[in-house]
Amino acid sequence: MAIGESWGRTFPASHKLRPRNWAHQFLPENETGETLLAYGLGKSYGDSCLNDGGILMPMQEMEHVISFNRETGILRCETGITLEAILQLCVPEGWFLPVVPGTKFITLGGAIANDIHGKNHHAAGTFGCHVHAMELLRSDNSRTLCTPNGNKDLFNATIGGLGLTGLITWAEIKLKKISSSCIEMESIKVRDLDEFLDVSANSDQDFEYTVSWLDSLAKGRSSGKGVFLRGNHSTDSNRGLEVHSPPKLPWPIDAPNFLLNRLSIKAFNFLYYNKQLGREKRSTVHYDSFFFPLDSVHNWNRVYGKRGFFQYQFVLPFMEGHKAVREILNIISDSGQGSFLAVIKTFGEVKSPGILSFPQPGVTVALDFPNCGKRTRELFDRMDEIVVSNEGRLYPAKDACMSADAFKRFYPEVEQFLPHMDPAFSSSFWRRVHR
Amino acid sequence: MSFPPKNILILGATSAIAQAIARKFASSGTRFFLVGRDAHKLDTVAADLKERFRCETRPYQLDLADNSRHKEVIETAKEELDHIDLALIAHGVLPEQNEIKSDADAVLDSLNINFNSAVSLLTHMSGIFEKQKDGTIAVISSVAGDRGRKTMYVYGAAKAGLSSFTDGLRGRMIEHGVHVLNIKPGVIATPMTKHLKKGLLTSTPEKVAVDVYKAVRRKQDILYTPGRWRAIMFIVRHIPERIFKKLTF
Repeated sequence: MAIGESWGRTFPASHKLRPRNWAHQFLPENETGETLLAYGLGKSYGDSCLNDGGILMPMQEMEHVISFNRETGILRCETGITLEAILQLCVPEGWFLPVVPGTKFITLGGAIANDIHGKNHHAAGTFGCHVHAMELLRSDNSRTLCTPNGNKDLFNATIGGLGLTGLITWAEIKLKKISSSCIEMESIKVRDLDEFLDVSANSDQDFEYTVSWLDSLAKGRSSGKGVFLRGNHSTDSNRGLEVHSPPKLPWPIDAPNFLLNRLSIKAFNFLYYNKQLGREKRSTVHYDSFFFPLDSVHNWNRVYGKRGFFQYQFVLPFMEGHKAVREILNIISDSGQGSFLAVIKTFGEVKSPGILSFPQPGVTVALDFPNCGKRTRELFDRMDEIVVSNEGRLYPAKDACMSADAFKRFYPEVEQFLPHMDPAFSSSFWRRVHR
Repeated sequence: MSFPPKNILILGATSAIAQAIARKFASSGTRFFLVGRDAHKLDTVAADLKERFRCETRPYQLDLADNSRHKEVIETAKEELDHIDLALIAHGVLPEQNEIKSDADAVLDSLNINFNSAVSLLTHMSGIFEKQKDGTIAVISSVAGDRGRKTMYVYGAAKAGLSSFTDGLRGRMIEHGVHVLNIKPGVIATPMTKHLKKGLLTSTPEKVAVDVYKAVRRKQDILYTPGRWRAIMFIVRHIPERIFKKLTF
């Protein structure tokens, strides 16, 4: 993937690239009106990691470890370091990241700026809940140490702040103790949304990680059908602390558009749902295949071909009967546009310090849509309306389409956020949703 | 010398390639003597190695363009490491040739850092290695030294000289059991090459580090990294000059 692209490949953008290499460096010089944005590994799907016409600061080479206390699990690094590199470092010492998303190929800075969540949201909250401190370099050349207690407002604005409050040069996080690199997991077939919600509610207490793969083509009564996964870190220290291996296959070429169609997706969903015969299956797997199954294929986004793709992720508050969730799932299955990468999860009550943090208690669904132009956007408009009128919201890191109006309704907290923005920082996403 | 080397001297320790090589060799028993010009960067690199690998690091701030202090830095490194298993010459600058081509002072400055300072350091350490009777001296030259060409002859000339010096030194060191490795990287994506156009041939510091690690283990003489540059430079060296002089790369 080229620097200056985003994961969905639906936004051509041109940038001046000014890579950062050292935390003590100052910001690059910019002409009047020219804005800045840090860029990690470009895993955001839409335009939140792009700054069309402005300066992009690739962070990948600014990745030094500053300190790592192996007794307390406190790690301080420059923010271009990847979660992959952090795992390489901490797993052999019996530590794990407190929160991981669906890929380990993102940077620490990206994890903070998007306040990412994972399968343990109900137990651990978002990534931002585990940040102890960070340094913010602003365009007035000031450096501010932000912690949950000191410069708290700026800290809270920066967690989930989409990189708009300045450059996060380093951050300190608290890792989680593990005694093996394996996950004891169970997979349970669920027939519909009610069963998903039941299993989910029953699992939250005893399982740190829960998520369900969702058959996006299942209709009517079976909407919500899927395979529920839940797991805990294995406490069996005999299993060892082996780290993951490097990715094996790059996806070689842009796939032709016809590869993904209703039939192939139906076939995939059928196989996935029926790969286990019984209702429940237990197994012990390495963390890499539990958390990051897609990481074994580098550049899997090319499976969607040159046209690119979107991801749509919403959260809707818990409500009686979950009518709104059902309505959206039905719209998706009727449209037949949804892809095979669809997940559903419940978010818990743990509150993030981040002002613009996405997760809130409720049900979240994320799924991919091949870019079919207008057809896809119309579908999103219909779903947006339901999300808006039911007090839900969309996830900026995934978004490519939401309107400025919708953003304001999803994130009324934006008024609180505005005073903390750095005037020299901006992004394509920000210019789209804030007018 | 047992492999992997334990006591490692790196001159130009904050370059992207040097950092990647250091990480490749680092483990909890490694001791590094790291020399670099910028104290901030040097401390960052030293802390990074120490925290990642629990190795020992000794940062030593020095502008290697100052040839008068080479004796002192090599002697201090020898004193602190006791036995130098691996010495790596990794410092250098890539001038923008178009900007300096008519400025003799700037040309000489770049030759001083890329050639004079490197051979001065090598000369100071050669006596130490002769006495030690083992260890590896590794020198980062460049494929640019294989043939002078229009867009990079100032840098290329320094690296050609450094290559010759290194290869000759190998002959002198062989009877003392010292391994001399000449590393010729192709185009590597680093801050030094940020103004060059990148293409399919561009590689990474991490890839170079893997190759260097193997080359030290196998006591290889000359390393093209990535390996395909050996074939590319073979062809480049054999293009007749009357054609080559018109090429613009």
